[in-house]
Amino acid sequence: MSTRGRIKDFWREQRIFEQRALAASIIVSALAIVLFGRLIWLQIVKYDEYTDLAQGNRVRIEPQPAPRGIIYDRNGEILAENKPAYQLELVPEEVPNLDATLRELVKIGLIEQDDLDDVRRTIRSRRPFDSVPIRLFLNDDDMARFAVSRHDFPGVDIRTRLARSYPHGETAVHALGYVGSISASDLERIDREQYAGSSTIGKVGVEAAFEDVLRGRNGRREIMVNARGRSVDKAGGLEAMRDTIPGDPGSDLLLTLDFEVQRVAEDLVRDQRAAIVALDPNNGDVLALVSRPGFDPNMFARGLTRAEFRALNENPDRPLFNRALRGTYPPGSTIKPVVALAGLTYGITEPLAPHYCVGYFSLPGSSHRFRDWKPKGHGPTDLRSAIAQSCDTYFYDMSTRLGVRRLHDFLAEFGLGEPTGIDVGGEKAGILPSPEWKKQAFRKRSDQVWFPGETVIFSIGQGYMTSTPIQLAHMTAILATRGQNFQPRLVRALRDPETQKVTELAPKPLPKPNAGKLEDWDRVVDGMLAVMQGGTATSSAIGAPYTIAGKTGTAQVFTVAQNQRYNEAAISERLRDHAWFVAFAPAEAPKIAIAVIVENGRSGSGTAAPIARKIMDAYLLRKFPAVRDDKVASPSPSGDFSEE
Amino acid sequence: MLREDVDSTTQRTLTRTTQLLGSLRLDGPLLAGLAAIALFGQFILYSTSGGDWESVLRGSTRLAIGALLMLVLAQVRPGFLRRLTPWLYITGLLLLIIVDAIGYVGKGAQRWLDLGFIRFQPSELMKLAVPMACAWILRERPLPPDPRTLGLLAGVILVPTALTIVQPDLGTGLLILTAGLIVVLLAGLQIRYIVMLGVGSVAAAAIGWSFLHDYQRQRVLTFLDPQTDPLGSGYHIIQSIIAIGSGGIFGKGYLQGSQGQLEFLPERTTDFVFAVVGEELGLIGALVLIGLYVFVVLRAIFLASQMRDTFARLLSGSLAATFFVYVFINAGMVSGLLPVVGVPLPLVSYGGTSMVTLLAGFGMLMSLYANRKLAA
Repeated sequence: MSTRGRIKDFWREQRIFEQRALAASIIVSALAIVLFGRLIWLQIVKYDEYTDLAQGNRVRIEPQPAPRGIIYDRNGEILAENKPAYQLELVPEEVPNLDATLRELVKIGLIEQDDLDDVRRTIRSRRPFDSVPIRLFLNDDDMARFAVSRHDFPGVDIRTRLARSYPHGETAVHALGYVGSISASDLERIDREQYAGSSTIGKVGVEAAFEDVLRGRNGRREIMVNARGRSVDKAGGLEAMRDTIPGDPGSDLLLTLDFEVQRVAEDLVRDQRAAIVALDPNNGDVLALVSRPGFDPNMFARGLTRAEFRALNENPDRPLFNRALRGTYPPGSTIKPVVALAGLTYGITEPLAPHYCVGYFSLPGSSHRFRDWKPKGHGPTDLRSAIAQSCDTYFYDMSTRLGVRRLHDFLAEFGLGEPTGIDVGGEKAGILPSPEWKKQAFRKRSDQVWFPGETVIFSIGQGYMTSTPIQLAHMTAILATRGQNFQPRLVRALRDPETQKVTELAPKPLPKPNAGKLEDWDRVVDGMLAVMQGGTATSSAIGAPYTIAGKTGTAQVFTVAQNQRYNEAAISERLRDHAWFVAFAPAEAPKIAIAVIVENGRSGSGTAAPIARKIMDAYLLRKFPAVRDDKVASPSPSGDFSEE
Repeated sequence: MLREDVDSTTQRTLTRTTQLLGSLRLDGPLLAGLAAIALFGQFILYSTSGGDWESVLRGSTRLAIGALLMLVLAQVRPGFLRRLTPWLYITGLLLLIIVDAIGYVGKGAQRWLDLGFIRFQPSELMKLAVPMACAWILRERPLPPDPRTLGLLAGVILVPTALTIVQPDLGTGLLILTAGLIVVLLAGLQIRYIVMLGVGSVAAAAIGWSFLHDYQRQRVLTFLDPQTDPLGSGYHIIQSIIAIGSGGIFGKGYLQGSQGQLEFLPERTTDFVFAVVGEELGLIGALVLIGLYVFVVLRAIFLASQMRDTFARLLSGSLAATFFVYVFINAGMVSGLLPVVGVPLPLVSYGGTSMVTLLAGFGMLMSLYANRKLAA
């Protein structure tokens, strides 16, 4: 079978094949070397890079939220803690028939029909192997109902988590604040890494101001995941490491509040619109901080429904409003002792020289009558009785000599017109008027002029001037200690929950007011003592085994026209004067300074002073009246505000 | 004395083994190499199947069938193989056409014939039948082959290649082409033809490229460099490279490869098994495995060069070289040197009929070697 005369040459063909076989062997070896080279490149040169990538594949980091710090009052009473809360969770991929399961859960009352769409949306937004909470805060009844039919719900189970809890409900809510769901605006300012795994954040009060301290630092757990992202314990010879990097639990806070005093104070104004601040004048500790009405912070911690929030927000008594820090009211006569001290400091009033009070005061060359609260006048009045009887004309007269400039500057030294700097946020500054202030506050040229008459009413805390209850408590504390000035504070120490190591926070001293000699202070305090002994608030001091120095005040809500008389009965309740009372005790060695305002309470002496007395009894004598046992006292939901 | 005794015992055992292998017409070193690779494969299969003994059992069964076929074919006379060749080729071609026709009618990819008890891939048969047919054609013609013969060979190779590629099974098609081509190359195809073949392929590729639409070109580019498509075809190859690279020199340890065990590595029991070797056993394990392959291939080429018969040595040489092509394409693909084509790692990848085909080929090779002195 030869072709074109060629015949097979076996020896030649053998040689050719051997050559080709050799060539093939060489090529095989060369390609093998190429493979070796590739492997060396990948496994030695790029080893670190690919190791990182492989590690990144297999490890997922799950945040382990740190338990939030617990908040205690000054005597160790728990005010905010973490409690296990039970919630219903569902793992979508373990549920054979999602729709049927949800329907059944509705049937046994664990999910509301109305919430079904939300629940479905939540489930869809998660990965199929993640456990999705579908109902929070189960009560015992819910748990029992689920327990009996648990076997009907594969993939659904009850889980525990820690939730913030406020054991005393409304009490001290405006000091503590609360935690609530992290909102879109919260997300813009926080480090999301730190909030991975938690759904709440401190919103107001101590909870917000000390958020960073309370929150602690999240721990992390490294878990092994497979290509579908599911956590696995074991795969082949691989064991999940479950490396847990522990976080730091949040610091406990030890507050300056005295819970027993706080409770007494709240109870005294439970159904009123009122605010109370009690300070320890020796260090600025806030002993009680009350703003009524209040609300239950637990509602926020567990998530508020839209209707609940609307009810709170639209309540005309404004339970969410922190009157103690943000309520600005004309201070009225409560500032008279400081004004008197100004007069003594500048030497423009002779303490013992009587001023004759005829019931009104007119500026020279003017017929306008600035009325005294007592139409018939107080007659001859010295400094002591001017404070004791709260004689207005005494201060009207003095103000003309003092002048608005010195009046403003002196009051400013007592912290008025500026936030006190208390260690929680949201405080208002109030207004301490001056000609400069007026220029800025008014747009119209003619309104910008400071009139002499405005100085007159400024001297009795009326007119433009407004102050917050905390400012007046602070002012009173400065008077009590004859000039010692401490920034008010709610938190006195942090405590490490693991080591129990307490870190005390030093009280923060502020500059002493640049005011008169000690005997000038004593004269003013003497006037305040006289308020309680024969003066305007005498009845509130009866039987007190300690000395009280106080000052009443009324803040006008409604301006009485010239030649008219204030007719209480004719004025609607909402337009009645606010009742103020400031005081400290014991007068010779003060331990408590207090400011009380009852909105539309008419009379400082009649309404506010007795409240302050009971709080002082509670704090100084540990005398606690029986506390009204209606814990669920919620702000009146209707528009009916009658107090009687 | 004692020492001599021991020595003589060892010697006797060796002699007996050689005699046994000789009577079974098996080549000792080649058999040892193949056995080592196959055992390596079962060892890795235990890991890649997640410690599933059942998979190992199935793999071993398939290995046993292949080994049996190898043993049987090793006993067959070369003359029988030669006479069988045309019929085997024609049968394979017909079956291939039938499979393609069924696939065309059924509008789906079709690679196998369901014979009831076994699913049979005609293309797998063609991996052996094509080089056999080439060797058969060349056996009595003067070598190097003349152009007419080359034309005939081109037809014999390209028709089954094309029929396989349209199934579509690019990997097997290319292996069929390679197996046939290697026969021609071993037959002494002149250098000028080799150069012409190379230039012709490049020219054809360039012309073909100019006719492609943009999206088709994109597909070709992605095929050539899958890492440009990290979420699609590139995902496999990226995970595979991570697996190998993170194995380092000594590997993460048997059963300890996170890429493989946690399923980041796709097809880890089959086409990408080499990545598991690289990850769990490291550079050392991968080098050992490739070293075994190189040993087997060089031994087989050596055996082929000892044969006196054209049919025998062309077929044997092609089987040996093709075996290495499998290894190189698979390892090159898994380590990101070559595009992804579905080529299994011989004797190690799980499943498919390739293990049976490969061992059958080595059975023929051993038969041809055992009868090397005979003119086939």
